[in-house]
Amino acid sequence: MEQLKSTLKKNIQQYTMIIALIVIWLVFTIATEGIFLTPRNITNLFLQMAYVGIASSTMVLIMVCGHIDLSTGSVIGFSGALIAYFLKFTNINIWVAIIIVLACGALIGVWQGFWVAKFGLPAFIVTLSSEWVFRGLIIRVTNSTTIQPNNPTFKAIGQGYLPNILGEDANVNLTALLIGAICIVLFIASQLSNRRKKQRYDFKVESTGMFVARVALISIVIAVFFYVFNLDRGVAIPLVILAVIVFTINFISKKTAFGRHVYAIGGNREAAALSGVNVQKVTWFVFILMGTMSAASGIVYTARLNSAAIAAGTGAETDIIAAAIIGGTSPAGGKGSVVGCVIGALVMASLENGMSILSMGSFEKYLAKGLVLLFAVAIDFLTKDSQH
Amino acid sequence: MEDFILQMKNITKTFPGVKALNNVSFNVKRGEIHALVGENGAGKSTLMKVLSGIYGAGTYEGEIVLNGEVQSFSSIRDSEDKGIAIIYQELALCKNMNVAESIFLGSEIKNKRGLIDWEETYKKTAEYLKVVHLDLNPETLVVNLGVGQMQLLEICKAISKNAKLLILDEPTAALTDDESERLLNLIEEFKSQGVTCIYISHKLDEVLKIADTVTVLRDGQTVATRDKSEITKSQMISFMVGRELSQMFPRQEHNPGEVVFEMRNWNVNHPQIKDKKIIKDVNINVRRGEIVGIAGLMGAGRTELMMSMMHEYGSNITGEVWFEGKKVNIRNASDAIEQGICYMSEDRKRYGLVLMQDIKFNVSLPVLKRLSQGGVIDDNKIFHDVTGYVKDLSIKTPSIEQLTRNLSGGNMQKVVLAKWLMTQPKVLIMDEPTRGIDVGAKVEIYNIMNDLVAQGMSVIMISSELPEVLGISDRIYVMHEGSITAELDWKDATQEIVMQYCTGTDETPTAM
Repeated sequence: MEQLKSTLKKNIQQYTMIIALIVIWLVFTIATEGIFLTPRNITNLFLQMAYVGIASSTMVLIMVCGHIDLSTGSVIGFSGALIAYFLKFTNINIWVAIIIVLACGALIGVWQGFWVAKFGLPAFIVTLSSEWVFRGLIIRVTNSTTIQPNNPTFKAIGQGYLPNILGEDANVNLTALLIGAICIVLFIASQLSNRRKKQRYDFKVESTGMFVARVALISIVIAVFFYVFNLDRGVAIPLVILAVIVFTINFISKKTAFGRHVYAIGGNREAAALSGVNVQKVTWFVFILMGTMSAASGIVYTARLNSAAIAAGTGAETDIIAAAIIGGTSPAGGKGSVVGCVIGALVMASLENGMSILSMGSFEKYLAKGLVLLFAVAIDFLTKDSQH
Repeated sequence: MEDFILQMKNITKTFPGVKALNNVSFNVKRGEIHALVGENGAGKSTLMKVLSGIYGAGTYEGEIVLNGEVQSFSSIRDSEDKGIAIIYQELALCKNMNVAESIFLGSEIKNKRGLIDWEETYKKTAEYLKVVHLDLNPETLVVNLGVGQMQLLEICKAISKNAKLLILDEPTAALTDDESERLLNLIEEFKSQGVTCIYISHKLDEVLKIADTVTVLRDGQTVATRDKSEITKSQMISFMVGRELSQMFPRQEHNPGEVVFEMRNWNVNHPQIKDKKIIKDVNINVRRGEIVGIAGLMGAGRTELMMSMMHEYGSNITGEVWFEGKKVNIRNASDAIEQGICYMSEDRKRYGLVLMQDIKFNVSLPVLKRLSQGGVIDDNKIFHDVTGYVKDLSIKTPSIEQLTRNLSGGNMQKVVLAKWLMTQPKVLIMDEPTRGIDVGAKVEIYNIMNDLVAQGMSVIMISSELPEVLGISDRIYVMHEGSITAELDWKDATQEIVMQYCTGTDETPTAM
């Protein structure tokens, strides 16, 4: 009994944000008389949050490491301007252009990482400086105009869907259902193999009932989502990009020495250094990763809008940082979850989306976002406090 | 009837799952120095937190009677108002404030208009500094003070609040013998002025020297309250651990082999003040299967010597490091670990552990690359290996997923030790390995050291506790102001001899 209570308590804390998300969805579904939960709108929701999620997954690492990146908004705008410029005014192949833009993002990370990791300046100042520098460079690249690349391949990155195997006019989107099925199979297989490995080492594993219930629940959630995508236009390409990036960054954070070192540095920098962690190198690499992912985010963002404007990405860093924090990342470093930030990004996007359907203005949206951020952190704080 | 300033009656304090205090009674006579001793985790700090109102009324059972009145404190402020002042082991001073600001922080002297009266503040500060015999300019920044001075500053703060009951928690843990001596004299001076003092310490010699009454806590219960004249050191120890400690220092025969690790002509300057020499021409070595002790007072440069060996401290570092007969080039901690040289810091919370992470995370940290396959960490192998060390070192924890911040000092130290053993070191440098941990855990650490040496490892132990240096080491280096002043075989060393070299006394020491 005691054990059940403690696991429940632990899980409630872990799933607070998922519960909050479900509540938000319920409220909007009722308020919009069901429009919020239509397949079309759910797909739109994911399209809207994809670029935030992409950048936020790496922002988690930056914050776990004990730093912050205030320049993400400008870097997103700059990368968007750059790719729009290449596609509109040069003959560079789109894939080459994408690689160049990602490389530019990495270079921005090299620059910021130099000042933070090597030189020892606070990231707050270094990235605030970049925020302005790259906002300026956007104006230079776009020549103060709005560039519309109108490249069909490019547009697909931000708003396209995976083609249906059965053809565009079929009633069922087999691609979506197939991918969903593959995801579920892979998920179950990895869970099973993990469990078997643990048993082989004689470690304690959760009871069979718990295991089956948990795996089944998550599988059903996956199934529902892909079924919904099938009802609309299929699996959106930006969503695929988001999933791949989140999966990769999450894997890096949990399963590689580099990832663990990031957590160690954020938790206790001096102890990490004396344990043989190369603090400088790891920190620098996190910034390079951040720059690259900001560029990727900028590409997806610009492709969805099919235009690169001077103000593009302004303020995006606040959404990205907020998504990480709502997802459980500590601004003080050492603690954070990559998967959590996707939930955080979904919470923010749901508010934006739902309130738009209800034709509320910026006033209400800012108010809601601000208060949700505060309450999310407060709840986290309270549950954490009661554990001690 | 005796005149008690404080009576804590039948105090019981429960945390989820643990009874930290179980029906504790603690009576302090007016004007005495009352020592409170016990192993770490015995409940001393909890008891003092109950007394000071950190654990407010209602969170515990029992009653606190101060000057004959039942009290119900709900914050530190309440207890301070009644004349109780606590000075914690970890000093709580703002580094960027000056001495005067620190003393009056939270109780600033204000003039009629509600602004701070600086003139009065500095005048009062000068008076208080005189009381504790601290010769300081009130405008000195705290960051520039030594640990001993900070301690005295905390005491100033307590006097400024007109404390009648002064509680000192391990006040001499970080002080040199000289500074400790001065502090103890000061406490006796306060006593003669009618201040009552509760003195918490692990240093039993100090306790015997200064206390009028001794109370021993064990596992959240009072096991004994005795007049000083009625108790001996070994009795205290047996009360604390609940068993007679026949041998505090398990001396074992070691048969050292060839020289494994050597530092030659080592010179280091201060990292910021680049022309100040910190380490001067040091030559030391350790042989296979040997425990070498480095004795010295605080500030002698022992920690700096080892940190500079890894280039994690100092500037203008010159000299050679030889390892297994070869000259090696060590540029950072990582290089040292790769060679098989590990440094276990004196400050486990600051330099040893990532407190917000669990045991598994901390122990596996230096060897993550070795425990990876194709860049992917093998979690199961980590689980397996870490569990092994937790068992070997008998670390008391419900699981290896316990956050390290929840462990007691002794168990934290063992986790740090497990971390270094994971790297399979050949030379283990232990800096103050038993500081602030209880007697039982100390003996366990000594036994582990003996086991490691028996397996062919070499240990360099830095320690400020002379009985420990003498009781454990095969060979002893003594450091004073950055130089090695003596190299002694343990058979030739006595506390008096070592202390003379520690203080750099010129006279030739004579064996007692």
